[in-house]
Amino acid sequence: MEPILFILFGAIAVGGAIMVVTRKHPMASALYLILTLFAVAALFVLRQAHFLAAIQVIVYAGAVVVLFIFVIMLINVPENRLPVERATGMRLLGVVAAGLFILEAAVLGRRFAMPAAPPTDSGSVQAVGRALFTDYLLAFEITSVLLLAAVIGAIALAKKKI
Amino acid sequence: MGPSAYLLLSGILFGIGVIGVVSRKNALIVLMSVEIMLNGVNVAFIAVGSHLGDPTGSVFAFMVMTVAAAEAAVGLAILIAIYRLKETIDITELSVLKW
Repeated sequence: MEPILFILFGAIAVGGAIMVVTRKHPMASALYLILTLFAVAALFVLRQAHFLAAIQVIVYAGAVVVLFIFVIMLINVPENRLPVERATGMRLLGVVAAGLFILEAAVLGRRFAMPAAPPTDSGSVQAVGRALFTDYLLAFEITSVLLLAAVIGAIALAKKKI
Repeated sequence: MGPSAYLLLSGILFGIGVIGVVSRKNALIVLMSVEIMLNGVNVAFIAVGSHLGDPTGSVFAFMVMTVAAAEAAVGLAILIAIYRLKETIDITELSVLKW
């Protein structure tokens, strides 16, 4: 069952990602981005990472993409003033770079030879929470400072006059 | 399914994100492509983490998501400020800092 679901959700994720980078209007891209994020969340569930799947849906699809859609609607560039896309040179460069990354991932995947651990609940809320609040407590706290800095920075940048 | 298939998928997602960042002019879509790249990285973290039975993979993916949220907030704020100033979101027209 898992291979079928992997191929299904992997194909949805890749197809959605391709649509994100090829659509002309950013609103269509944002909606396809939601599709990709949900498919990736399903892949997390397949790998028993239930906590991360929930966070993916809540934080990414629920907060980040909504932020994108807010901004798209806020600045509302008229259809005829959307940027004209670049000639094929940069696209070719992008495809070559992407091909290199995919090749690298394929080679890494083939040589990946670590023995599988016995199945554990390493992705459960309990296991992740314990790791976050013991081994990675400092990193976790610094993350909250990063978020605070981002909030202040975003307000300071977007405000007309401080 | 071993982690190799997931690593390949992760590479494909990252590569599509690279194509978007390199070839698009619309700054909003460039930011979305960065999100796709970060998601590709998360797939690799989760796949290897669950293969090794170690919650560290999930913890790192969590950190990546936090950084992605912060990046989206600051990036979009910069975009709004730029649009207010120059009335464009075309990244090729924003070359004031080009030497």
